[in-house]
Amino acid sequence: MTETPDGPLGLLAELTHACPLSCAYCSNPLELTKRSAELTTDDWRRVLDEAADLGVLQSHFSGGEPLLRRDIVDLVAHASGLGLYTNLVTSAIGLSRPRAEALRDAGLDHVQVSIQADEPVLSDQLAGISSFDKKMEAARLVKELGWPLTLNVVLHRQNIDRIGAILERVEELQADRVELANTQYYGWALRNREALLPSREQLERAEQVTREARERLRGRTDVIYVIPDYYSRYPKPCMGGWGSRQLVVGPEGNAWPCLSAHELPLPRANVTEHDLGWIWRSSPLFTAFRGTDWMPDPCRSCERREVDLGGCRCQAFQLTGDMTRTDPVCVLSPDRGIIDAAVEAANSDEGPAVPSHEPAREPVLVPVPALVSRPHRADE
Amino acid sequence: MTSTVPRTGRPRLARFVKMRYDKARERQVLLGPETVVVLNPTGADILGLCDGAHSVGDIVDELGRRYDRVVDDEVTSFLERLASRRWVEIPDD
Repeated sequence: MTETPDGPLGLLAELTHACPLSCAYCSNPLELTKRSAELTTDDWRRVLDEAADLGVLQSHFSGGEPLLRRDIVDLVAHASGLGLYTNLVTSAIGLSRPRAEALRDAGLDHVQVSIQADEPVLSDQLAGISSFDKKMEAARLVKELGWPLTLNVVLHRQNIDRIGAILERVEELQADRVELANTQYYGWALRNREALLPSREQLERAEQVTREARERLRGRTDVIYVIPDYYSRYPKPCMGGWGSRQLVVGPEGNAWPCLSAHELPLPRANVTEHDLGWIWRSSPLFTAFRGTDWMPDPCRSCERREVDLGGCRCQAFQLTGDMTRTDPVCVLSPDRGIIDAAVEAANSDEGPAVPSHEPAREPVLVPVPALVSRPHRADE
Repeated sequence: MTSTVPRTGRPRLARFVKMRYDKARERQVLLGPETVVVLNPTGADILGLCDGAHSVGDIVDELGRRYDRVVDDEVTSFLERLASRRWVEIPDD
């Protein structure tokens, strides 16, 4: 009764790189966009129009913190008026009751609130700001106003042992969905990889706890668990294929096939210079790795080439300096040694200390390699 | 599956799910959190009748008339799948 769709389904609108949080695994670029260089409200309205024309059905408003944009309510109303399913991806800082009510009246469909841990000490430490209590309050408000609530949790070495307690929070807040996503190592997270990559033992325990919670919460909460690809044999089919399902537009108007592609040495495509339809269909950026023709071996002759599509171009570039190589995560990649070395370090006795092997009721903070926080915003 | 779809239940779309026509793909689509489901004409017909007024039995009868064949299992298994994802609610009174 269902079919496989063509064209982009989702637009990730990264409205700003400014953020009250300073998480060390932030997916924003190392080089943040200045607020003064951000697209105008009219620019974004046009981007939404062009996205809808292109067949986009969902608009995800993200950042940075999208609530720092004064026009967020207008943009949600505009997207909603186009029939797009609108989603706010927020730290919840700034989601006051009047703002939330205005967003609801504008037609916002779904809210995703990030939490860093199950309790304030670790959560605030990871977020770099006192924020946990505000997040709990905002999550309750989301439910009270009748939205479906998703909680987003990025998992890493310093919070993964608390996953049981995190899932208890999820249950208490009656979230409709929880995304437990192991850190993906790009940008800030790659810089902090040594302090963030969990051990195999930590992961196995977390997966066990997640399986049990999924059973317990069946019919109430969808539990989505994203594995860390460093521990996989084969790479992820990133974004469902390059320029295949999703597109990202950054604060300055650069369009990308994925969140991390700004790292790649490819020609930029900016929505202030080109129509989004042209960018999607014809730009050198979006056509660079579409399909399988670009593949070198071992991908070219591999029977999995249509399954994982060569893995992630950004990971290949960041780890090997060559964006056309097979994703080093693949066991068939000649570069797999790079991944193995990182995994070995995360599992060695001399490796970064693991906070606690027992699921402690209170967080135990032990010295680990220092996390480099991202700044709250770019210098003007 | 332990639950079966009651024939007297009156299915309706969950509050957070939207069904609309997608002119780019010329199909009805279901939109929910982080999910897009592109419907074929039969799926769209079934969900078009999930208005909280028609019972499962009514929908089976109506689809049978439209397609001139027995669609009982098709309708119930489709609704059961969506209900298990909480995209469709099937209150039975």
